[in-house]
Amino acid sequence: MSEVKYSKEHEWIKLDGDVATIGITKHATEMLGDIVFAELPEKGSNVEKDGTAGVVESTKAASDVYTPVSGEVVDTNQAIVDDPSKINQDPEDSAWFFKLKIKDPSEMETLMNKDDYDKFAKETSS
Amino acid sequence: MEIKKTSLYQLHQDCNAKFVEFAGYQMPIQYSEGIVEEHKFTRNHSGIFDVSHMGQLFIYGGEDLIKDLERIFPLDLKNLKLNHSKYSFLMDKDAGIHDDLIITKTNEGFLIILNAACKNNDFKILKELLKEKYKMVLDENRSLIAIQGPKSSQILNDIIDGVKHLNFMSGNWFSFENQKVYITRSGYTGEDGFEISIANDFVDKLTRELINKGSKLIGLGARDTLRLEAGLCLYGHDLDKDKTPVEANLKWAISKERISKGDFIGSDIIIKQLNDGVSKIRVGIKPEGRIIAREKTKIFNQSDVQIGEITSGTFGPSVNGPVAMGYVENEFSKKNTKVFLEVRGKKHPASICSLPFYKKSYVKGVN
Repeated sequence: MSEVKYSKEHEWIKLDGDVATIGITKHATEMLGDIVFAELPEKGSNVEKDGTAGVVESTKAASDVYTPVSGEVVDTNQAIVDDPSKINQDPEDSAWFFKLKIKDPSEMETLMNKDDYDKFAKETSS
Repeated sequence: MEIKKTSLYQLHQDCNAKFVEFAGYQMPIQYSEGIVEEHKFTRNHSGIFDVSHMGQLFIYGGEDLIKDLERIFPLDLKNLKLNHSKYSFLMDKDAGIHDDLIITKTNEGFLIILNAACKNNDFKILKELLKEKYKMVLDENRSLIAIQGPKSSQILNDIIDGVKHLNFMSGNWFSFENQKVYITRSGYTGEDGFEISIANDFVDKLTRELINKGSKLIGLGARDTLRLEAGLCLYGHDLDKDKTPVEANLKWAISKERISKGDFIGSDIIIKQLNDGVSKIRVGIKPEGRIIAREKTKIFNQSDVQIGEITSGTFGPSVNGPVAMGYVENEFSKKNTKVFLEVRGKKHPASICSLPFYKKSYVKGVN
């Protein structure tokens, strides 16, 4: 399994073979506050890098969730739809959003590693 | 324009508030526990809200003032008891709402609590209407805090003895650190609670004492979810100049005695709407499932014709689901009417429901 990568839109992505698991970062959940609604892409649909692939809503506002790479949606996490508070509790593990069969592995190279993302998150939030 | 800070700013910072600009003030939207926990804590225990950005307008006068104010507000102020409060509105001649407010009769005149974003304009309007006959003070030297929730009465009474004997929508002067504080039993969360008007220099001390007794500061975020669950209107969203109190389904707040005589600003329209009905009216809306329909969401009937718009919508932590209010054409305003809400291009089923979404089941005087 490869290292976890991060996007500027605050998604994380973990690649296992040609299947990527994608979710939103802890930093993103802290910015959003209590998440009370999640909408995921449909299984079997195709999503394009940097395109919308879901929505999360806090009590305050709705925010789009983007996909950091292109691919076909092979699985979604119904548990976070049924109980969105799970996203705040465990955003970077059990509260993943969707899994993609990726189209172009080279898209992974455009993403940040953990150190770079942490730096980016700190700079953009201050 | 410089952003104003309330006298509790330091305390908000000490409690790790996240700030947001609201009506020209730096206000806490939430603290470290977050909106859902703050909301539930208020419902189950006691929450303190800094509402010092709201206007506290003192108008001094006697019998003449009562007569003049009755030409402005649709209230029976003559028969309002001393230290009793009423919810009302400042209207224009077409009964459009400039602001909604709480007015209390005091021993020196009236105290009117105004929305932060409206208070300066309200002051101007009222000054003109009252022709500068009375001393009017929009008091910047006093702070206003609300303490809300089932434990609030005991907590506040431990510090300021006697407040627990106040009845709902009534108030009085009390003393804290030899300062005069005006306390009313009221609020905007659907919970039992109090609003406390106190000199700026003493509000920090009082609030810290309330926290020591077990209450917690609650941000504007939870204030919004609490008031929406309670079915209460937020000015600038559910109420504005294009809506009348009858359309807003607030006719309960208009004195019947005054309707029979008319003679207040907007009375022609109000009486006409009460007799003939209105074309649009405010209703509660319960989306099916978990979809949240926010302000400006379009409402459709079953024939796919737009019949209205959401004016407030969020997730209600105590209801554990989405809640909304909006205006629909009158014929679709009946409880349980099926409607559709357009969210992100898709239509989602919902139904018209009665307000509030959350009602306290008080049991009083059991023991």
